[in-house]
Amino acid sequence: MNQNLYRKRIMINRIGISLSMLAMTLGLFVLLWILSVLFINGFKALDLNMFFQSTPAPGTEGGGLANAIVGSLMLVGFATLVSTPVGILAGIYLAEYGDTSKTAEVTRFMTDIMLSAPSIVLGLFVYAILVAQVKHFSGWAGTIALSLIAIPVVLRTTENMLRLVPGSLREAAFALGAPRWKVATMVTLRAAKAGVVTGVLLALARISGETAPLLFTALNNQFFSLDMNGPMSNLPVVIFQFALSPYDNWVRLAWGGALLITLTVLVLNILARVYFRDKTPG
Amino acid sequence: MNTSTAGSGTLDQQSLDDTKELGAFMETSSAGSGMLDQRRLQTVKRQRFQDFIFHKITLSFSLIVLVSLIGIIVSLAIAAWPTFKKFGIEFIWRVEWDIINEEFGAAIAIFGTLASATIAILIAMPLSFGIALFLTETCPTWLRRPLGTAIELLAAVPSIIYGMFGLFIFAPLFAEYGQPALQSTLGQMPLLAPLFGGATNGIGILAAGLILAFMILPFIAAVMRDVFEIVPPILRESAYGVGCTTWEVVRYIVLPYTQQGVIGGVMLGLGRALGETMAVTFVIGNSQRISASLFSPGSSIASTLANEFGEAADFHLSTLFALGLLLFVITFIVLALAKILIIRTERAKGLKT
Repeated sequence: MNQNLYRKRIMINRIGISLSMLAMTLGLFVLLWILSVLFINGFKALDLNMFFQSTPAPGTEGGGLANAIVGSLMLVGFATLVSTPVGILAGIYLAEYGDTSKTAEVTRFMTDIMLSAPSIVLGLFVYAILVAQVKHFSGWAGTIALSLIAIPVVLRTTENMLRLVPGSLREAAFALGAPRWKVATMVTLRAAKAGVVTGVLLALARISGETAPLLFTALNNQFFSLDMNGPMSNLPVVIFQFALSPYDNWVRLAWGGALLITLTVLVLNILARVYFRDKTPG
Repeated sequence: MNTSTAGSGTLDQQSLDDTKELGAFMETSSAGSGMLDQRRLQTVKRQRFQDFIFHKITLSFSLIVLVSLIGIIVSLAIAAWPTFKKFGIEFIWRVEWDIINEEFGAAIAIFGTLASATIAILIAMPLSFGIALFLTETCPTWLRRPLGTAIELLAAVPSIIYGMFGLFIFAPLFAEYGQPALQSTLGQMPLLAPLFGGATNGIGILAAGLILAFMILPFIAAVMRDVFEIVPPILRESAYGVGCTTWEVVRYIVLPYTQQGVIGGVMLGLGRALGETMAVTFVIGNSQRISASLFSPGSSIASTLANEFGEAADFHLSTLFALGLLLFVITFIVLALAKILIIRTERAKGLKT
């Protein structure tokens, strides 16, 4: 009787653990599957022309992604320039002044929601307030949409990292007579530098692959353009349009672009982790 | 209103700090010369002013998030106004999407959104539970970090990659092997048969749900792993001490302790699934119809927006904004609930350890 119960419990345990291992294997398998498909198709598409020629017109041979690569770099670059200071300063507010204030509490809550809010709605928002008003798509609109996605990421990591700085460090600085802004920028922010950089890198990775908000803001541009005031070509939207097209060379370019984006995102992610691990003591 | 009271609260505290500082400084410097006094006083005044400015600057930047959130709701509501004026609240459950005759209803897109997200959650929930269980309980310590990172990398892969993968690789395989297999098994059961009827061409609501499941799986698994780690070791060790198996520890100790956090994680995943655009647009089939079969193509709110926005004008555009507003409201509610549940679990940890 007792022996039976014992066996039953062991059986249930074995089944549960095996199922959990199966789930883990499945997760890893999907990751490897997606990456291998991407690498095989992507490297087939990769050649030098991809970096030096612009996107081809319908029905023409060859072509590359030069305009999209440059456009993506500009959009993501400007968005990082905008979102980094905003996110860090807002993060400082939440970490240094945020304990007593109701505003900070609400802001923290809303930031967490914005972190997972549908990015396509952010695109609609920027379309409504900017694109619809000036009546043309533009790189700046794309930059704003991407910044809105990146700011919460930078904000939250900055706040969390500042909170990890030991209180004694702050108190020591205050005891020396340092004003609050000096303590925040020159003591705690410096102590939390590695974490903050990690946050910026993660935000960069996040917006590099964003497609939906750019559909309504930067749109696309078939030609090479550095004009942030006009429609701007970018990798995600080009991939979206080309992957669904009937032309073979377009689909090929889409795979090439997809490989570029994924490599960028994964490298940024790994970089952020390694950097954070190396720079954090203990 | 909140802003003003909260702002003055911190200011009061700040000026209190400053007066204390000033008082201490007065005492120590009373022996010094008057000139020096004057200079020091000026420094303190300047620094107080700088602090004031710094406080306001950081405050205003942190308000950007709040302002943009309110801005989203207001601007979408304004742009969607013509739609709600014409159809009223009925717009939400009208089953119609006729661009030519300008007859619109959100029901088809809402159905597609909810159906694909539900499928995704049903698949991703047990899988991510398994992964979290493995990572916290059975995984050898040296493997924990690399495996955890691998799962997090799965979360980092851009959604458009999932979409391409779904369309080019998954859909053909699913049409060839997955769908016929489902039809010959589950499709033979009396109640489930209509769900698995129709042509097997690989794309459709079920395919979208499957791709979504693997997209949100790492998010849910990450939250579950984090809340599982909150469980005080003493609880876990006591359970092992009285002879519980690993499964029993997880089932009767860890899960009840972290219940709210786990539900929060699942809802966080649900929020992601509802608003996902690219992964869904590629595989859902993009047809404005509701059908009983999960194999038939449909459309979600996000995929409708992505597909039709480029060609839309005037009234059609306004209906798309209305869809966007609905999507935002739905995800906002889901995410807010998720956040509250996770915060509660973490608070409990703060109280109990």
